[in-house]
Amino acid sequence: MSAVEIRNLGKIFNAGSSNQVDALVDIDLSIASGEFVSLIGPSGCGKSTLLRLVANLLEPTSGDIAVNGKSAKQARLDQDYGMAFQQSGLFDWRTVVKNIELPLELKGWDKAKRRERALEMLELVKLADFAEHFPWQLSGGMQQRVAIARALAVHPQLLLMDEPFGALDEMTREHMQGELLSICRRTGSTVIFVTHSIPEAVYLSNRVVVMSPRPGRITKIVDVTIEGERTDATRDNAAFFAGITAVREALRGVEMSAHVRGIEDR
Amino acid sequence: MSSRTASIARSALPPAVFGVGFLALWELVVKGFDLKPYFLAPPSKIWQKFTENFDLVWGATKVSGTNALVGLLVGTAFGIVMSLVLSRYRVLSDLVTPLAIALNAIPIFVLVAVLNNMFAITSEVPRRIMVTLVVYFIVLVNVARGLTQVSATHVELMRSYAASEVAILRKVRVPNAVPYLFTSLKIAAPASVITAFVSEYFGGSQNGLGSRIASNIANSKNAVAWAYVLGACLLGLTFYVISSLLEGAATPGGGSKRAKKSR
Repeated sequence: MSAVEIRNLGKIFNAGSSNQVDALVDIDLSIASGEFVSLIGPSGCGKSTLLRLVANLLEPTSGDIAVNGKSAKQARLDQDYGMAFQQSGLFDWRTVVKNIELPLELKGWDKAKRRERALEMLELVKLADFAEHFPWQLSGGMQQRVAIARALAVHPQLLLMDEPFGALDEMTREHMQGELLSICRRTGSTVIFVTHSIPEAVYLSNRVVVMSPRPGRITKIVDVTIEGERTDATRDNAAFFAGITAVREALRGVEMSAHVRGIEDR
Repeated sequence: MSSRTASIARSALPPAVFGVGFLALWELVVKGFDLKPYFLAPPSKIWQKFTENFDLVWGATKVSGTNALVGLLVGTAFGIVMSLVLSRYRVLSDLVTPLAIALNAIPIFVLVAVLNNMFAITSEVPRRIMVTLVVYFIVLVNVARGLTQVSATHVELMRSYAASEVAILRKVRVPNAVPYLFTSLKIAAPASVITAFVSEYFGGSQNGLGSRIASNIANSKNAVAWAYVLGACLLGLTFYVISSLLEGAATPGGGSKRAKKSR
């Protein structure tokens, strides 16, 4: 069974009014269990909208989404997925460990059980020593790790990430990418990952979905075939560069066609 | 600990020196230019009258202070309850909030004259109602803002956890509003004292600080009036300090620190 099945999906904002936006049209995408898929494309291509539709934070205008074989809404109600955003979205008034406990609290877990799980998650993101700190006492990279730990707390099979490393510096970012892959290897999670960065998409993904704007749609899906486990050495690998070139060309095609139609993206 | 004491001393010393210098200059100007006591009393004389009449000043402070405190507590309670109601029903909020802000901008304490007509002449109730009203609007506007202006990411996150509106209120909106509540208390506490004084100028019993200041000035007992002013200053300061301490105690890691570091 595929983890996410998207058929004929469309999303229109402000339908019928003068500022109608065709955010997404004719989206078909099937994501296998355990797969890591990145969504990449220029601003306004609908990649964040697509992620929010899978998360059922938005309702589609047309088409279907199935998550773990259920409707997107049922999957949300069952907390089948964990989500992380560009802003860590940690609660300032809760300690690190209490932040991670929040989704479990809402599921009605008892105190001892959720503390145990939260500490286990902190161990996973290597922040066990910071359980009783407040978020504002941590660096940006550490905050983002706590946000990932929180997203993983319910042991979801699916992880939805909206530019989670977008606000981090390059060094921290590469480090976090390695951490994320090692976490996914251990948990076997399926990941949908929205990003602006070509190397990030290629380094992390099995497949990179290239999207284009106005109307938002999928223009190409690039398979990344890098042998073996991905490590820092992967970044010097020929297959890695080949992947980057393929995605860049697919994106360039997007820009070219935008120019041909006389649409300026800036 | 000693370094902390030293840092407090460092930050407290300059204003203390300035304050003492200001009082000394005041004293010198009054003595040097031989200003008449009905024009301006010297600080030494004010202090003497303050200690001589301490029981009277204390009695008047208790009356005004009680009015301010009762109004502050009741107004805060009403403000919190109303802001919770408004955050739940947005339609009501759109209706009431502009009105609350407008009322907040005009000196509505003149209403006490109208309230005085409704109650017995010796009643403290009109003054307390007045303080309640002033505090209520300050707390309402601020706490309502804290309840509604929550981070979009937090709301999306809660929805992704399938959280109910009640859960979002309890886990996100209310904690988010706590710093707003204490900020509003820091504004409302001195305002409650001021309102309690000013209310006394509109009739009723002549037992509070405000009416004592007025009657002593009228009797040319300038230095005694100043002694009551000193009492008023101390009362206002006490309210402010207590509300500031409450803010520090209620915010994990200290209010100002968190405000500076959070993004």
